[in-house]
Amino acid sequence: MSRRNRAPKFKRNLNPVTWLLRHAQMSLSSLGRLSRRPVSTAMTAAVIGISLALPGGLHLLVDNVRQLSSSWDGSASISLFLSEEVSDEQAETVRKQVALRADVAETRLIDRDQALQEFRRLSGFGEAIELLDHNPLPAVVLVRPGNSIQGADAVAGLAEELRGYREIEIAQVDLQWVERLGAITGTIERAVLILAALLAGAVLLIVGNTIRLEIQSRHSEIEIVKLVGGTDAFIRRPFLYEGIWYGLLGALIGLLLVLGSLYLLDGPVKRLAGLYESEFTLAIIDPASLLGVILGGPLLGLAGAWLAVGRHLAQIQPE
Amino acid sequence: MIRFDNVAKRYATGHEGLSGVDLYLQPGEMAFLTGHSGAGKSTLLKLIGLLERATRGQVWVNGRNLNKLKSRDIPYHRREVGMIFQDHRLLHDRTVFDNIALPLVVAGMGHAEVRRRVRAALDKVSLLKKEMVFPITLSGGEQQRVGIARALVSKPPILLADEPTGNLDPQLSREIMELFLQFNQVGVTLLIATHDVDLVNSLGKRIVDLRDGRVASDSGASN
Repeated sequence: MSRRNRAPKFKRNLNPVTWLLRHAQMSLSSLGRLSRRPVSTAMTAAVIGISLALPGGLHLLVDNVRQLSSSWDGSASISLFLSEEVSDEQAETVRKQVALRADVAETRLIDRDQALQEFRRLSGFGEAIELLDHNPLPAVVLVRPGNSIQGADAVAGLAEELRGYREIEIAQVDLQWVERLGAITGTIERAVLILAALLAGAVLLIVGNTIRLEIQSRHSEIEIVKLVGGTDAFIRRPFLYEGIWYGLLGALIGLLLVLGSLYLLDGPVKRLAGLYESEFTLAIIDPASLLGVILGGPLLGLAGAWLAVGRHLAQIQPE
Repeated sequence: MIRFDNVAKRYATGHEGLSGVDLYLQPGEMAFLTGHSGAGKSTLLKLIGLLERATRGQVWVNGRNLNKLKSRDIPYHRREVGMIFQDHRLLHDRTVFDNIALPLVVAGMGHAEVRRRVRAALDKVSLLKKEMVFPITLSGGEQQRVGIARALVSKPPILLADEPTGNLDPQLSREIMELFLQFNQVGVTLLIATHDVDLVNSLGKRIVDLRDGRVASDSGASN
């Protein structure tokens, strides 16, 4: 026997059809194994589902609040307080000038008398006003910006331009609280992102730990498969598919939880919106988020399983 | 087919399993490994199946230097070496059929071919009627035959057996050995570790006696 002979090559390639078929069989048998212990599978999937539903639901909530505030953005108005010496006729002229602008949809003049009456009616300081010998209130032109003005910055820009009129002393945008709401939703959104990252980590650990226990309970089987020539990929495969199934089941449970919560919230939100004479209704999950959950769940499951498999399979060697 | 060149195996515990073993088996040869327990029989077989690696010297199997075989090639090497154990190493949650089919499934063989080959292997060990039962319901001799069927189902050129008759009565042991003789007649290279000296002597095959990790005597040393 010549030792310089080149060692014969191992035949290792499967044809693609066989390969695909094996994957399909493997994924189904993994599902079968999960279905044979329904309680523990359901519990693991439920934990994953809750972990996915929590950030998913919060994201949806923030999304809804944002939609709400953007619809308020559109109806933001600007109050133009005219100088005190401007007469009612002049005030009307100013209103007309402003109304002619292309970026202004609607104007309304509240002259000094109307302002006084309104103040008396609404403020409760009517009697104090009587003591003054002249009307201290300026005339106000209320402006609703046109459709070309979108967003808080554009409204502020318009207000800045209007302040350029000589007769206008103050141009006030009634937008501050909308901005505050926007800042709050921005903060919550960031918090939701952090929460989502943490819970994704939790899902990884849950799946990883479940798969680790599974590997331990099938220790002797793994040993024997290695003895008869099973490759690492072959041994890894059923565990990876289990991870994927856990993730998918978890994602479906998470979706059901979010949809269930939406259903429960729908009535109270409608009532609340009714009180504010708003047509607002809760948005359902948008297709992109839906796809994200349906794909993200299994991907997380796969990653978790991969972590466990990478750590523990190499430790099992036949003796 | 199998060649050991001055092979030593020292375990992490410091125990020397083999020290300076030279051995050569021709293709189609059949040999018995004898010796007391602890003499190194199992260690020698483990080195061939790459369950362990030699700490010194070189092991050649099927024209390959096992020292140079990469970890990822080990599964493919094991497909060419059928292994039989005293404790059978069967999967007790799978039927006899599934146990025997395992090496073929692992190698990616199609369904029809697997069925055909498993039936043929079951026929060889006379267990055709037991294919759908679970191993736990079988006797010790039957379980050992399932283990043998699993080792030969993929038609490996080399079969290793570690105390295959260890727990069997003389009658069953002889049946098992006759099975091995049949395989040898169709060209399989066999190396069988056993302490059953009387049985081995009656078969007239090569006997390699190990003592304290060395070859003490070899009835058929060629090379």
